[in-house]
Amino acid sequence: MRLQQKATIMDGDGMRRALTRIAHEILEKNRGVGNLALVGIRRRGVPLAHRLAKRLAEIEQVQVPVGILDITLYRDDLTTRTDQPIVQKTEVPFDLRGKRIVLVDDVLYTGRTIRAALDALIDLGRPEMIQLAVLIDRGHRELPIRADYVGKNVPTAKRENVSVRLEEVDETDDAVVIEEIIQENG
Amino acid sequence: MKLASRHVLDLETMPAEDMKNILDTAESMKEILGRSIKKVPTLRGKSLCTLFYEPSTRTRASFELAAKYMSADSISIATATSSIKKGETLLDTARTIEAMGVDMIIMRHPVSGSSHFLSRHVKGAVINAGDGMHAHPTQGLLDMFTMRQHLGRLEGLKVTIVGDALHSRVARSNMWGLIKMGAQVCMAAPSTLLPLDLGDLDVKVYDRLEPALEGADVVNVLRLQLERQKRGLFPSAREYSQFYGVNQERLKLASPDVLVMHPGPMNRGVEISTEVADAPMSTIDEQVTNGVAVRMALLYLLLGGADE
Amino acid sequence: MRRLLIKGGRVLDPAENVDAVLDVLVEDDRVSAVGVDLSAEAEVLDASGLLVCPGFIDMHVHLRDPGEEYKEDMASGTRAAARGGFTAIACMPNTQPVIDNRALVEALLRKTQNMGCVRVYPICALSKGQKGEELAELADMRQAGAVAASDDGHPVQNGQLMRLALDYLRPFDMPVINHAEDKSLTEGAVMHEGSVSTLLGLRGMPAEAEELMVARDLMLARLTGGRLHIPHVSTKGAVELIAAYKSQGFKVTCEVAPHHLLLTDKIVRETWYDTNTKVNPPLRSLEHVEALHQAIKEGVIDAIASDHAPHHQDDKLVEYDYAAFGISGLETSVGLMARRLVHEGSLSWADLIRLYSLHPARILNVEGGSLAQGVRADITIIAPELEGTVTAQAFASKGRNTPFEGWKFKGAPWGTVVGGDVVMWEGRLTGGNKVT
Repeated sequence: MRLQQKATIMDGDGMRRALTRIAHEILEKNRGVGNLALVGIRRRGVPLAHRLAKRLAEIEQVQVPVGILDITLYRDDLTTRTDQPIVQKTEVPFDLRGKRIVLVDDVLYTGRTIRAALDALIDLGRPEMIQLAVLIDRGHRELPIRADYVGKNVPTAKRENVSVRLEEVDETDDAVVIEEIIQENG
Repeated sequence: MKLASRHVLDLETMPAEDMKNILDTAESMKEILGRSIKKVPTLRGKSLCTLFYEPSTRTRASFELAAKYMSADSISIATATSSIKKGETLLDTARTIEAMGVDMIIMRHPVSGSSHFLSRHVKGAVINAGDGMHAHPTQGLLDMFTMRQHLGRLEGLKVTIVGDALHSRVARSNMWGLIKMGAQVCMAAPSTLLPLDLGDLDVKVYDRLEPALEGADVVNVLRLQLERQKRGLFPSAREYSQFYGVNQERLKLASPDVLVMHPGPMNRGVEISTEVADAPMSTIDEQVTNGVAVRMALLYLLLGGADE
Repeated sequence: MRRLLIKGGRVLDPAENVDAVLDVLVEDDRVSAVGVDLSAEAEVLDASGLLVCPGFIDMHVHLRDPGEEYKEDMASGTRAAARGGFTAIACMPNTQPVIDNRALVEALLRKTQNMGCVRVYPICALSKGQKGEELAELADMRQAGAVAASDDGHPVQNGQLMRLALDYLRPFDMPVINHAEDKSLTEGAVMHEGSVSTLLGLRGMPAEAEELMVARDLMLARLTGGRLHIPHVSTKGAVELIAAYKSQGFKVTCEVAPHHLLLTDKIVRETWYDTNTKVNPPLRSLEHVEALHQAIKEGVIDAIASDHAPHHQDDKLVEYDYAAFGISGLETSVGLMARRLVHEGSLSWADLIRLYSLHPARILNVEGGSLAQGVRADITIIAPELEGTVTAQAFASKGRNTPFEGWKFKGAPWGTVVGGDVVMWEGRLTGGNKVT
């Protein structure tokens, strides 16, 4: 299997604007930042959560706490994958009780990652509410899950791959590209 | 990332990158131990059996808790409560356990090499929880994990193992693990309790304690098996303590930030003084906590993925 | 009259200094002629390209019969011997019951006649019940057919008993064979003591445990003038002691086992505690193995004997400490030794025949070791260039416990003739089992 780049659907400016809009939507929906906390899902949800926190701080002059969630131990496909994923640390340095949590991830697809993240979060404590923010929603849900905040809705085919590239993780310019999955015979 | 072998039998045969993977994974597992709900669903539907032919408190409890925290089911078989006493062979016992659908056997056994032997004859995974004088790999890993957490690294550390290294599986697993991870290993004991010949293993061996302690970053004190006295390997616990006991005075020779470790259970006042055992530099209780994290990591890495 | 003509083989008889392509004519159970182009109305064995040798004798075999027939019995053990190229074996008395009186020696010999397919020489117990306390009725057993006295399996710890045995048997010219091991130094030990045992966490037997007893036994042989044979020598110090005594003209003999020449203690680590490597004396470290090879070259070693110790898998498929000591060796001995000592070593075929035939016959004081006219027709025929692989599943022995599975041999037993009967040919047992 290899990936062939097809189209860039969001560049750095587009991403910045999308995050700014989401930050405003979060403030509007929650009427400010009181009791609010962001939790990024490893890996690319984490820098996105930090960027959102930065936007919120710029707008409201308040630092919103940011946590990191590793969902590996909650995956439903562990016993079917032969490439065993590496477990990394979950770091949520605040009490979840009574908090309004915004989960942050890069791409919403089948919904399985979010299902795992919800289980992982609830094992850490009982928040008042959990909302979901994603940069890209590409459809094809397999579970009854929807996002509260979406940077961009992108209709895709299943044989396509949506790749979010972030400076912090990928050491490239910010971008979102669509790639075609090419199955190679033999 | 999968481990090279589906068994954990000793650190001699474990590649250094696997050890690193286990220690890294254990860091993540330790976070779970700090939660109020200490349970993740990862290994639901997996089952394991602790098969102990020797008495043990902490190792066995540690494995069983690790299994529970990972949502695996565990059963335990001990010498006193099973057909082992009736003379059933190890292989028959293991086959019976496997026939019940157990995915992993965690065994402690008084004969060196027993877990290697078992691993050749079972379908599932085997973790060696101590075999005779040969190996106690999970203890070696948790000791290294504790050192790394405190000192940030293993490479270049001077680790001094004090005590009955000749008969100690903990010493052997420490030596193999630490040397592979780049530490320098020294050993000190009465000459009757020292290995005759370690072959190619690069360990500095001392028959006096003081020179071995000089500049040590870690002092790992082994339990003195008092039954060795009956076999005449040393004259008395009193004399042992006088010449080879780790106390505050002697520790002045070591690095100022020295860590003092002990795999337990301790003979206070024999191989280690109470003042040292209870001092801030002692990691003895923490080793127990870390033992659970390391064992959770192993369970995840051995039982978590799909079969090839 | 039965006649057998072995045609066109290279007859190798170091006792008679014969090494030539000759025919051997056997009439009934005797060699009636050895010469060029013999012809007779006889069953003919084509031996062209083969070595025709005086019958090989394995002087250290555990037949397990009576008492442990599930491990080996008279029929399977002697078939294994025939397949391994041996026309005779000497069997150790550590059976159940221990062979420690005349009736038991006679019973064993009767069983041999009924069921054995090669000759069996009983070695009787040195002490009653092999308990190491009082001498057994050695002269009586000698008269009944025992060829040596040994508490093999139970090394004699008491120096006085050893002295008495050597002294008492001197007039009967019967060798005393003592497994040399100071048991106070080997308690609970399962392999050679050294770096390998240390790394594996197994209790080790120091070489000195063997050497101390070899030294004691040599001194007692010197004191008494008795005949001492030291079995399965395995250490450098032991061969040095034996060489020193021999050079002073003392009558002492010794044997070595193939596994001590072919394996070092490292194999225990390489196989991760494979119990087929567990044997006593243990597989030693390289310096000892090299010293044994040197001793063979220098003629310090008199004989090769397998210490054939067959075991059932129940005794081996267990934890290392709990496993039985021993290697099933009759069927791998000649092929592996021919490869290592002749093809890859510096021994001639004649040297090998001395170690397998002439010397054992002399040590045990039995007929054999020669193909001269008139001798009993016990003949071993070797295919000197034949190569193959050790396969325990093919053993005639019930004991499949070998560390040599998959090893290559070169030069292998091709035929075994016992008293004129062809009991093995082309490497296969013929079904003949009459020993007269």
